[in-house]
Amino acid sequence: MEKRVTFRGWMLPLLLIAPQVVISAVFFFYPAGQAIWQSLFIPDPFGLSSQFVGMGNFEFLLGDKFYRAAFLTTAIFSILVTLCSMIPALFLAVLADRLIKGSGVYRTLLIWPYAVAPAVAGVLWLFMFNTRVGVISWYLGHLGYDWNHVLNGGEAMGLVVVASAWGRISYNFLFFFAALQAVPKSVIEAAAIDGAHFWRRFWTIVLPLLSPTTFFLLVVNIVYAFFETFGVIHTITGGGPQQSTTILVYKVFSDGFVGQDLGSSSAQSVILLFVVGLLTIIQFKYIEKRVHY
Amino acid sequence: MKTTLIGALAASATLLSTTAALAQTEVQFWHAFTGRLGELVTAQVADFNASQSDYTVVESHKGNYSETLNAGIAAFRASEQPHILMVFEVGTATMMAAGGAIKPVHEVMEESGASFDPDAYIGAVKGYYTSTDGQMLSLPFNSSTPVLWVNRDAMQAAGVDPDTDLSTWQNVGAVLEQLKAGGEECPLVTAWQSWIHLENFSAYHDVPFASQDNGFAGLDTELMLNGEAQVAHLTAMGEWAADGKFIYTGRRNEGGANFRAGDCALFTESSAGYAGISSEAEFDFDVRPLPYWEGVGNAPQNTIIGGASLWVMSGHDDAEYKGVGEFLSFLSSSDVQAAWHQNTGYLPITAEAGEATRMAGFYEENPGTDIAVIQMTAKEPTANSKGLRLGSFDQIRGIIDEELEAIWSGDKSAQEAMDSAKERGDALLRRFEAANG
Repeated sequence: MEKRVTFRGWMLPLLLIAPQVVISAVFFFYPAGQAIWQSLFIPDPFGLSSQFVGMGNFEFLLGDKFYRAAFLTTAIFSILVTLCSMIPALFLAVLADRLIKGSGVYRTLLIWPYAVAPAVAGVLWLFMFNTRVGVISWYLGHLGYDWNHVLNGGEAMGLVVVASAWGRISYNFLFFFAALQAVPKSVIEAAAIDGAHFWRRFWTIVLPLLSPTTFFLLVVNIVYAFFETFGVIHTITGGGPQQSTTILVYKVFSDGFVGQDLGSSSAQSVILLFVVGLLTIIQFKYIEKRVHY
Repeated sequence: MKTTLIGALAASATLLSTTAALAQTEVQFWHAFTGRLGELVTAQVADFNASQSDYTVVESHKGNYSETLNAGIAAFRASEQPHILMVFEVGTATMMAAGGAIKPVHEVMEESGASFDPDAYIGAVKGYYTSTDGQMLSLPFNSSTPVLWVNRDAMQAAGVDPDTDLSTWQNVGAVLEQLKAGGEECPLVTAWQSWIHLENFSAYHDVPFASQDNGFAGLDTELMLNGEAQVAHLTAMGEWAADGKFIYTGRRNEGGANFRAGDCALFTESSAGYAGISSEAEFDFDVRPLPYWEGVGNAPQNTIIGGASLWVMSGHDDAEYKGVGEFLSFLSSSDVQAAWHQNTGYLPITAEAGEATRMAGFYEENPGTDIAVIQMTAKEPTANSKGLRLGSFDQIRGIIDEELEAIWSGDKSAQEAMDSAKERGDALLRRFEAANG
């Protein structure tokens, strides 16, 4: 039987949720509403006049093959960033969890990159892979590989994925590590007594028990890859070469703040809002069913 | 050291004058300069404030060119706009189309009664910022034009005579071949590829970059950068890229680092690269005019400018506009302009300032610094070489960059890439026309 503590009356609960409601209204509902409204117009940059075009902005965007290509780029980029940040994080967490001595030091060191802002991380990686003075591109040159992310789209994508995933590994590590610590030792010991070796215990016991954390991180990392990697892309590639690293969010920026085309930029924000909403619904509807709490 | 001191003095002078004289009319001036250029702007403002007691100009740095423009636009929407806003040349069409947001400079000058002679300004500089009926809309502030920089030591090392004639691309092509054969790993590098190899290329060969006089005659303009001359040039550049004779380093001026470090032999870059190259290069260098294709179009016509101009924003008091007029008139004065030209490598905006610089013997002491001026002013600008006035042009440049990258990597032929750039750019021009028509 579930125990519930309930409030009497409406005033106190309303008062208690009011700060959250106000914050959401000011920083989410109002701007989102503005974006939806503006997406129906083609305004001039100074706001002196604007022309109602209805769905015109959406038609323009969906008819643009470069915009459609940005969807594919975003999908590839998000999947790669999510995988590249979650798998190493899990691996490191499992290793750190097995440490008996000095785990605190490892933990601290592994968390550090999270403190680096995306734009700074971008510049750091750019320096290492700079085609002229980069340490890594210099070594690659000695090995006979001519690194040039300025012209090679695949290399540019790889670089922005690594730079975006790098700081994220720390964040994911933290959650995986905490979740691993919460796995009951008795279950693992019982399995060990039954003769299950480490990997078998990992696959059949630990991983399923980690599933709520993994699911949470999946959602959070995809949202991260969609929205927060702007700084990395802006500093490393600026969306190039050609359009190989132009993800949807970068296009919102370049159309809105470079092109001063606020109508198209708003319409893109609205599309993005729906895409991420849809993704989250899908994740909760289908993937969450496989999660054991 | 000396410049930092002047900068610091100037900054403190500005502070003092703003606090000391609240009764003075204040004029807000937003610009995009940092570092050495920022110090020079601060000094100019301080000199103006010290020269009279009615007005105080307050300068503030608002980020790079794009950020400054965005700051101005956002401020206008919030009715907090500055009096004077620095806008880079590609933002010109955006500002011009915003009739209600700006006050044309010729109007400000007439009403303020400050001394103003439109004919004193150099035609090729002024032309970019004047309306079709010849009225000056914004005041040219910093203008430069592309030239060819030569690393004489690198030429010598590869066994090429550093005095070889490099005035035509035909000659440059032959020299690139020799440099490559002589073991030079980076024969040619460029900055600002669209500005130099398409926009200036078109003006220099007197072929259109866009219809309607490059957008000067109307918003219903279409790109014409897929013309025969442009495609032929880009095809040659693409072949040089494939042969390792032209090294692509990025969309902006990344190549400058390679050239200044002595890694590259030839470098197409703005004349304003002078300050950086002369202070960092540890090799013997030359400035040459931008090369042209012998026999293509009417080359050499004249090159066009890049840089920024000062726009006066609407919605302020007449008394304040009077101060704006005084300040702009001060900036255009011969002494201020001559000092600016000599310190920065930017072009002088008045013929008089150029003459004063020549008289002072600056060009003899710093050979090559007048090449940009000559290249701009040798011929009267035509409809194709007056400048460009295209909406959403910052973004169109982005599209051109993408398409050029496709040529350099060999993914597309020059014709395919430019056809695609035209198609994509025209779509943006139509949207701009819809928003501002």
